[in-house]
Amino acid sequence: MQGESSLPQLLWCYAVAATIKVLLIPSYHSTDFEVHRHWLAITHSLPLSHWYYDETSEWTLDYPPFFAYYERFLSIFANLVDPQIVHLHNGLNYKATSVIVFQRLTVILSDLWLLYGVYRLTKHLDSLKRNLIWVLVVWSPGLLLVDHVHFQYNGFLLGWLLLSISFLVEGSDLMGGFLFAVVLSFKHLFAVAAPVYFVYLFRHYCRGGLVRGFGRLSVIGAVVVAVFAAAYGPFFYHEQIQQVVRRMFPFGRGLCHAYWAPNFWVFYIIVDKGLAFFLRKLGFNIQAPAASFTGGLVGDSSSFAVLPQITPLTTFVAVLLGLFPCLIKAWSDPQPQFIARWIAYAYTCGFLFGWHVHEKASLHFVIPLAIVAVESLEDAKHYFLLSIVSCYSLFPLLYEGQEYPIKVLLLLLHSILMWFGFSAQFTKDEASETEEQTNNDESVWSEKSRATSGGKEWFGIGWIGKVYLFGLMVVELWGQILHPYILGETFPFIPLMLMSIYCALGMTYSWIWQLKRFLKLS
Amino acid sequence: MQKKGRNRYKIDVRSDVKEHAWWWVVNKGITPLFLLISVFALFVRVAVSLHPYSGANTPPKFGDYEAQRHWMEITLNLPAKDWYRNSSANDLSYWGLDYPPLTAYQSYIHGLFLKAFDPESVSLFTSRGYESYLGKLLMRWTVLSSDILIFFPAVLYFVFVYHGRGSSMRTKSELAWHMAIILLSPCLILIDHGHFQYNCISLGLTIAAVAATISQNELMACVLFSLALNHKQMSAYFAPAFFSHLLGKCLRRKNPPLEVLKLGFLVIGTFSIIWAPYIHSRDSALQVLSRLAPFERGIYEDYVANFWCTSSVVIKWKRLFTTKVLKLLSFAATVLACLPSMIQQVLDPSSKGFLYALLNSSFSFYLFSFQVHEKSILLPLLPLSLLALEESRPLMWLTHYAMFSMFPLLRRDKLVLAYMALYALFTLIYFAPGVRCSGKTTHQTQKAEKGRKTPSLATLLKIAMAFLYLCSLILHVIYLTMHPPQKYPFLFEALIMLLCFSHFLLFTFYFNYKQCMLSKFLTSKDKEKKNI
Repeated sequence: MQGESSLPQLLWCYAVAATIKVLLIPSYHSTDFEVHRHWLAITHSLPLSHWYYDETSEWTLDYPPFFAYYERFLSIFANLVDPQIVHLHNGLNYKATSVIVFQRLTVILSDLWLLYGVYRLTKHLDSLKRNLIWVLVVWSPGLLLVDHVHFQYNGFLLGWLLLSISFLVEGSDLMGGFLFAVVLSFKHLFAVAAPVYFVYLFRHYCRGGLVRGFGRLSVIGAVVVAVFAAAYGPFFYHEQIQQVVRRMFPFGRGLCHAYWAPNFWVFYIIVDKGLAFFLRKLGFNIQAPAASFTGGLVGDSSSFAVLPQITPLTTFVAVLLGLFPCLIKAWSDPQPQFIARWIAYAYTCGFLFGWHVHEKASLHFVIPLAIVAVESLEDAKHYFLLSIVSCYSLFPLLYEGQEYPIKVLLLLLHSILMWFGFSAQFTKDEASETEEQTNNDESVWSEKSRATSGGKEWFGIGWIGKVYLFGLMVVELWGQILHPYILGETFPFIPLMLMSIYCALGMTYSWIWQLKRFLKLS
Repeated sequence: MQKKGRNRYKIDVRSDVKEHAWWWVVNKGITPLFLLISVFALFVRVAVSLHPYSGANTPPKFGDYEAQRHWMEITLNLPAKDWYRNSSANDLSYWGLDYPPLTAYQSYIHGLFLKAFDPESVSLFTSRGYESYLGKLLMRWTVLSSDILIFFPAVLYFVFVYHGRGSSMRTKSELAWHMAIILLSPCLILIDHGHFQYNCISLGLTIAAVAATISQNELMACVLFSLALNHKQMSAYFAPAFFSHLLGKCLRRKNPPLEVLKLGFLVIGTFSIIWAPYIHSRDSALQVLSRLAPFERGIYEDYVANFWCTSSVVIKWKRLFTTKVLKLLSFAATVLACLPSMIQQVLDPSSKGFLYALLNSSFSFYLFSFQVHEKSILLPLLPLSLLALEESRPLMWLTHYAMFSMFPLLRRDKLVLAYMALYALFTLIYFAPGVRCSGKTTHQTQKAEKGRKTPSLATLLKIAMAFLYLCSLILHVIYLTMHPPQKYPFLFEALIMLLCFSHFLLFTFYFNYKQCMLSKFLTSKDKEKKNI
């Protein structure tokens, strides 16, 4: 199956996922559901000049203008379905079936854009790799949990990013840059990869002498400015740029989110707490900080007892430092086939060292890495672990009992599919040549035994990986059964904290691995 | 044990070519494949269980969910001898237990589970109409666990046995397709995990019994089928097929009366163990029996797509005859309808014929027996899904009409969303890219056969069926969006019933014909072999 016949297959994957998403419509949804409903109402009932000023609800508009335009577009249909959805006041906390089905369907349909992005990226690959990427992206458990249960539009946004990558990989840098500017105007959190884009485009697109290079630089600059003008122009006209920016970057929030995203700062907090504990034991007088992390209120500014305070500037510098090797690599050797890795790496840095990171942000690098995962056995092994950790770190988002089997089964299903896919892709027997000929009269069991015996290389994650995944299960068991059973109601924060720390280990491993990997490749 | 099983049920199947779209999924072998599919099927079930159940928030009688919960309450709090008896603690008019004792035991065990986590939900008297988030969750999980413990292993057993005998010419992706089709039957999932029932237990036991029969393990088959019968009396729809097939097999052994006696003894033994609390006296046994056969409820209820209900549009059976006469009439009609397939199985028992016999006998019960519920269409669908690789096209049609026949019921349960999603999922899996090559070829040969005989009739039939299919789709929309005329408040239900009944009847004839042809085909081939 090559070329044109691949599209129906991809659509089939999408349709199967869509039926599952429809089944999940009555499941739990977070406050993000009301956030997006309210944005529909804001953009529909208010003139553009009031969008970023409205304070009818606490869920003010804090995404860049393109997303607001998108909500405006959706609100046209919302108004047709049920006018109450887009009513600024009567619509507050509206929970009727109409609004739930409508909003869920908009997410399901928006995913078509992700589909297009992944189709464009994979259309030149061979069928096995292509199928595998589709399964990893279109049936991604993380996206399913965050978009279709928790409620967000990440699939749609990642579709733009994948589309941008697909153009870069082909060598159409201008288009790639244009699409990235569009992504930024949808959600500014994607800006972490901007330095990588800048360096790569500067070195790869703007080359060929001083004059030609400068010409190209001004072309791409003009394109980016045009996109931003389209996004921010109307607000510039109303002289509201400051207000828009203030809404988009609420630095009043703390270093960590209510549930600590599994990143570097988790270790920092733990070390601080540990030091404070021991120093107190040794007789030092250590003041407990005013805002405790375990309180978990959004809006807290963080403070530490022993270690130096962390400001947004510190995290900014940390992210840039993390990006540095990648930027050097992109500067010295800008090659299209590595761009997906670099972008994913940038988002990994942003996730590990960023300010007020959400656990959902891990999708920003897990999804692009899916494209890289099929390239080699090493990548596959890394991706296998990373995607499990990333999905598992999303578990606290859905904390109600009803969704518990859903998230567990999804992760299990994803792991089995990955296992099957990577094994098929990377298990090569010595007898593989003859196997193809004698395929027709092989029995199932003998084939299986052969795969384990005489293989040259096969897909496996090694004992460290196995121990790590086993530990993951122990952490989950502890949180679900042992902790309530042994400790009861006391120390309710321990299970979540354990999850954060344990997943942060995996994430840090992934970061180091990615760094080593692209430094080695050339 | 496992090792032995492996050697025994070794499956020789063609592997798929590497370029095949599903090669990477199926190349691991049957058991991992089954694991994958069952995790997916389980996930779908969990997702459906998010949807409302029958009778949610509708006092005073609620629905099947409340019935099942009430049985847990009764079995948990009363001694076994009082379960079926009307008393001050057990008001039989409020969802009195009317399934055989195995259901009662199952309710007892599930009641213990509920009591451990949410004691309020099963306390005597006070829990009537109990509804809560946790209660719903626990109840849903009891069905899910029953599915995992009984239905899924039974399907695995069946697939091993059915595709293991002889050299199967199926590719692995076809086996995967077959498993997915059985495990993702939309009707079963909707009724069990949406509407709320435990059909997975009795149907799972039936599948296991079928598998045991096919693998020549008749003694186990008898025990398993007796268990199925004792979980839901509706399993009797399959009884003629089991009876005739096993009888036919026994007659071919050295000592037929002894073989029959052995099986009979096992059946009676199983029954007496399960009925132990009730067989000490004639009265209590009769008391239970009278609960199991609610003849007072009339020959049909609601708008079920069977013969009695459909023909009642013209002939008012209930007015013309007394219940006693109707009982005899329906009994005679049912027996007549399943007689051909029984005779075929007694004369020429074969595995494939047995599956057809199951299909035909369950259809004859559905169409002609007394007091049929629309949910009973699950029973004919089961053997049909076991025959999915042979009868792929009819499976598609019948699943469509079976779903449609339950549409009014499911709409009342507010399960329209799940209905649409599951129907779409089934269709997608049915038409999974690159799997059904062989299904197509058998269909093509069929078409070729038909084409040779009467080309005009075949195409005419095809056009008519396509037209009716379109009608049914339109009727779906009409039923959802429009109010019926005031003079005929049940007009749409009647139309749905008519449409479904006509197809069920048509397919009953078709499957009976196929079963008969099977016999002739086999005998002619045997003769050929002998000649060679």
